[in-house]
Amino acid sequence: MYRILKEIWRLGIPGKKIIPAKGQGPFRRSAAIRHVDAGSCNACELEIQALSGPHYGLEQVGLNLTASPRHADLLMVTGPVSRHMATALQDTFSAMPNPKKVVAIGDCACTGGIFAGSYAVVGAVEKVLPVAGQCPGCPPTPEAIRQTLVQVARQTRS
Amino acid sequence: MTAPDSEALSSMGQWQQILTAPPVWRVKVQAASWTSAALALRDQGGRLLGLWGEAGHENAFFYIHALGLGSTGYVWITLTVQSGEGQFPSLADIFPAASRMERALYDLTGIRATGNADTRPWLRHQCWPAGIFPLREGQLDGRSFGVDGDADYPFQLIDSVDVHQIPVGPVHAGTIEPGHFRFSCIGEQILRLEERLGYTHKGVERLFQDRDVFAGARLAGRISGDTTVGYAWAYSMAVESIARCEIPPRAAALRAVCLERERMANHLGDLAALGNDAGFAFCQSQFLFIRESLLRENQEIFGHRYLMDCIIPGGVAFDLNSAQIAAIQRNSESWQRTVQRLDLLLQEHSGLRDRLVGTGKIVPPRAAALGMAGLAGRASGQAWDLRVQFPHTPYQNLDVSIQLSQEGDVAARWQLRFREFYESLRLQTRLLMELPEGAVSTTIPESIPDGEGLGIVEAWRGEVFVALSVENARIKRCHPHDPSWTLWPVLEEAVLNDIVADFPLINKSFNLSYSGHDL
Repeated sequence: MYRILKEIWRLGIPGKKIIPAKGQGPFRRSAAIRHVDAGSCNACELEIQALSGPHYGLEQVGLNLTASPRHADLLMVTGPVSRHMATALQDTFSAMPNPKKVVAIGDCACTGGIFAGSYAVVGAVEKVLPVAGQCPGCPPTPEAIRQTLVQVARQTRS
Repeated sequence: MTAPDSEALSSMGQWQQILTAPPVWRVKVQAASWTSAALALRDQGGRLLGLWGEAGHENAFFYIHALGLGSTGYVWITLTVQSGEGQFPSLADIFPAASRMERALYDLTGIRATGNADTRPWLRHQCWPAGIFPLREGQLDGRSFGVDGDADYPFQLIDSVDVHQIPVGPVHAGTIEPGHFRFSCIGEQILRLEERLGYTHKGVERLFQDRDVFAGARLAGRISGDTTVGYAWAYSMAVESIARCEIPPRAAALRAVCLERERMANHLGDLAALGNDAGFAFCQSQFLFIRESLLRENQEIFGHRYLMDCIIPGGVAFDLNSAQIAAIQRNSESWQRTVQRLDLLLQEHSGLRDRLVGTGKIVPPRAAALGMAGLAGRASGQAWDLRVQFPHTPYQNLDVSIQLSQEGDVAARWQLRFREFYESLRLQTRLLMELPEGAVSTTIPESIPDGEGLGIVEAWRGEVFVALSVENARIKRCHPHDPSWTLWPVLEEAVLNDIVADFPLINKSFNLSYSGHDL
């Protein structure tokens, strides 16, 4: 136990100091996020996983990843919406309570990316669901993902 | 040598060596030799890596390709099937991993493997109709497909009132890729697990067609984001084997640095996630911290956090100067110390050991029968490592030490990740110390000759290969293959003595690719 505490002390608080902003918009200070991989190559997932690391303080800005769409405010979608995932994606969105918003993460989710035009993909997420925010990049950095999420969570209702 | 050094195989036909390091032999066989070639491979203790199809001109004939590993190297066997026959002998009885590959082959090219009792679709769900085969010529013209879900897939269920089913996915609770798992359970005990994949099918093989080989490299790097270096290297190796060009020694060494860094980043990420799945969040913050330092260093020095597009046909797209090398060496010393400290600490942590030891066990004889290889195979005593057995440049001189365990449980796969991390750090240090001078790339001619090539590397999960055929400087057929094809069925067996709550842990200890499998 002592050695574990020592490692925690040694690690300290990495990353930049985060000052929580004043809450606005429908989700005030916090938003629960559900992630759906709609056919990504898994690089975007790696960056979302990195976001849970100690550098990024996701929960300090009021965001947390939730296991069920039933308690989610934001739907974070990666991938070029493969045809095989399109129905599951729509079902996930319908399972979320209002108010809710969709964020497209990565080039594929924003435009279809390198997979656009394939017989097996629908393309950008906005072809399937209303999208409130986009974060391009292949893959986008965790910092950019966090900024987009914070920005969308704080948008006042349009 | 003009044939692989094995009597059973060498008499089979006209062999051609298409790659020297690692050695890859190519032969075209008749239907009669197809099964006997597979038997000969199995009897040598070899295994099947991949099976894929290709439509010939105007769908008049089809090629069925298989890549296996024999005692003296890889053998690429091709069978020609006339359109009228429409079938070939199944290898599923010889190599169990062949079954799903044969089902996928039918979904994409419409050639059925006779003798494989499982004729359910695999990569095809409901969005395109049965009878449409995307890799045949002219099948997609003017058609648009729907997005219907896969509602009535016939799972193999256990018919008993005592057994209940748990459907999981395709959307999972964590941040992972989509796939469906169907558990049949008595209480908590798992009686059967059946996987249903194909949700991330993006038509990658079709997308490769008609691209030039340089545009193909970008796509190859996005088949499975966590193995981008592995795929980019295998793809580039295939292009270079067709163009018959050698890359400069400095480029080869820098590619190996990328590959080892990818291995380290993934192993650290898995250690973080495994600890977290075992309910020990301490692991997550500690290992993600080191991983993030590595990724940031990648961004700063190599130009991309996951090293995407760093490897290009002909060499690499970056160079290192002495100050950057010194910085990498300094950091790797500090990572070595930190990870060793955590390793010792966690080995003594009874709560964590309680979850890991004995969970998700595959004993070595079963691992051999299932054709396991890669990290998961080595954790079950299968001593396969391409970098050791058939090393290609620059691995010949590095004396890679193979990391093995006989236990085959989650704890073995956990511990192997530590040991491979140390070995990768050692390799990186050595590669950078002995980095040859010179150019970092050579030019691949725009007018690349027609031909077929293959590239294969030991990526972090196992052997990744890319089979490529080029015609008129355009890609005619490209098949990328992930070790996950062989390992996904193993996962179904690994969970059998455990409870549902252990599944996330077992799944993570394999950490297989959905995207690399579904293509």
